[in-house]
Amino acid sequence: MSTTSHAREQILGKIHAATQPDGGQQQSYAALPRPCIRHGKLTAEGCLELLIERLREYDAEVVEATPEELPDAIASQLAASGKHIFVAPEGLPTEWLIKGFDWRIDKGLSHTEIEQIEGVVTAAFCAVADSGTIVLHHSATEGRRVLTLLPDWHLCVLRASQVVETLPEYFDRCEKPATLATYISGPSATADIEMTRIKGVHGPRFLHVILVRDQG
Amino acid sequence: MSPAAEEHAILDPALAKPFPQAVLPVLRNPQLRKNVAHAIDVIQGKRAKLVAEKADWQELRTAAAAIRSHALDNLGFYLEQFEARCTVAGGHVHWAADAAEARQIILDLLRQEGASEVIKIKTMTSAEIQLNPFLEASGVRTYETDLAEIILQLGDQEPSHIVVPALHINRAQVREIFARKMGLENLSDDPKELTNAARTYLRRKFLDVPTAISGANFLIAESGGVAVVESEGNGRMCLTLPKTMITLAGIEKVLPRFQDLEVMLQLLARSATGERMNPYTSLWTGVAPGDGPQNFHVVLLDNGRSSILARPTHRQTLKCIRCAACMNTCPVYRQTGGHAYGSVYPGPIGAILTPQLAEMHHAQSLPFASSLCGACYEVCPVKINIPEVLLELRSEVVNQERKQVGRIFDPMYLGLRMANVLFSKAWIFHTAQWFGRIGLRFFTGKDGWIHWLPSVGGKWTQTRDLRGLPSQTFHGWWASRPKEGK
Repeated sequence: MSTTSHAREQILGKIHAATQPDGGQQQSYAALPRPCIRHGKLTAEGCLELLIERLREYDAEVVEATPEELPDAIASQLAASGKHIFVAPEGLPTEWLIKGFDWRIDKGLSHTEIEQIEGVVTAAFCAVADSGTIVLHHSATEGRRVLTLLPDWHLCVLRASQVVETLPEYFDRCEKPATLATYISGPSATADIEMTRIKGVHGPRFLHVILVRDQG
Repeated sequence: MSPAAEEHAILDPALAKPFPQAVLPVLRNPQLRKNVAHAIDVIQGKRAKLVAEKADWQELRTAAAAIRSHALDNLGFYLEQFEARCTVAGGHVHWAADAAEARQIILDLLRQEGASEVIKIKTMTSAEIQLNPFLEASGVRTYETDLAEIILQLGDQEPSHIVVPALHINRAQVREIFARKMGLENLSDDPKELTNAARTYLRRKFLDVPTAISGANFLIAESGGVAVVESEGNGRMCLTLPKTMITLAGIEKVLPRFQDLEVMLQLLARSATGERMNPYTSLWTGVAPGDGPQNFHVVLLDNGRSSILARPTHRQTLKCIRCAACMNTCPVYRQTGGHAYGSVYPGPIGAILTPQLAEMHHAQSLPFASSLCGACYEVCPVKINIPEVLLELRSEVVNQERKQVGRIFDPMYLGLRMANVLFSKAWIFHTAQWFGRIGLRFFTGKDGWIHWLPSVGGKWTQTRDLRGLPSQTFHGWWASRPKEGK
């Protein structure tokens, strides 16, 4: 497109005239002050407690389980949901696909098909206790973005070793920049009418978390 | 009061009235002022609580200010890096020098898709370039999906805040708009019911409309990624379900690295809505095979930004991450709401951004719409010294006005030149005082107050009363007082 390439030269020309020439960005970036807190001070146990508290503030239901108890914990969450049709990302461990429910494995399901499904079960990449944030990087166990968006009920299985206290600790766990990510901090909400907080606008309305004690 | 009965706000700086005149309908509308004050009080309270619990708040501000300054100082480098990485990841990057170019690029992209409808995530940048009216006039229906934006779109109203754009409208007014436009006569004014009405109204649109437009909170140069923060999930719907996504972003939105989000995200939600983190943050990079839109376009918009960059004091204006903390804390905004600023960017940041985006051709009254109290600087998460820029812009406006030929006979400049003479000798001053006292008597009411003055004096009396001059000056009284001991 000719207009946009002309605009590109024009804009970059103005920017270059206004700022310093290219070069040295690496060094000057490295010298930027970042005095804020990187690592939290809580014990591992305190960190989990904080996460649970934050998630409950958001009305998420949190239960704890040992690795051995996990399938049973998933089964009882599914049973208690009153729902029957669930979707699972393609990479979800098979022992999580509890018998007796109608499972749809996502191998490119259409939006209309997913819209009909009542609930979804996924893993997560990480959770940040300080802000009660669940981080999804949409890997094979976390599923495509649409899976955790259209179904109204989301069960997320989180391992204790995935829980960090501060947001910078999450970034330290990323080996390279995330290319696809969703950070969930509480249910879909709005305060657009007289600042009255209303939950459940467009995203899933029910979030359940199983915290797996995989650490000693 | 029905919102439709109110004067329609004009947010095009080229057409808007100067602030002192634009503010009058608001000052005479107690319902509007009450709505604004209520919303501001709630956000302010929540923000204060969450900022207080953050032990390293000031350190986060320092880090954020440094990152944003560095990004702007090296803007060309980072924009080209973003463009290259985003392109490698399957995105298409377009450049728009001004609003008209951006609108045309977006329309052309929509036409390529054969799109007759488009769903939108709230973006103030699209309001800045007046995208919706343009698309509608070109035969593309636009559907806003953020609750506040739906209220504004259906109610034919303009945004008055950059984070909660419909804060000037109360629940009864929302009910009236929804009942009328969605045909729901039995709707109550319960916010939950109103929100549900919006959910139902939009659900099919999300699934059916194949093209979406978003803004961007951050562009990440290192990876070519884009980040959008939101609360409702309408953003995730628009970012996930359509086939084509067009993201409109100001060129200043770029961050050097992914890791910079660790600072920005800790500041943004706390400053904007008083939450530890906004419910949903979405990050995507170009096209993810099998996940989300398979056609992705970014339109990088200049529209006056590069000329702001050229001036050292002014450059900090572009550090803004649009959290709106400055307007929430501003004593002027609290009284006036957003519409009086005649721009989609109101409040203190709008007062410095709008005239600069207009390259000082419009909105010259805005730098004066401030008490210079400095509260905006204190809360700004990226430490923009707004009062400093305000003062700089004020002097530019005055210099600009003085050079205009027509201004030689402008009552204000004439008055100032006269004052120059009057204050030069005591006898001239006393004589002028005597005439002034006689002259002002014609305008002084029985209550001893002046409610109206002609010409340049009206600039004072249109928003405040002035006490009439006493019959005797202090000098006169001193000279005539009984002399004791003599």
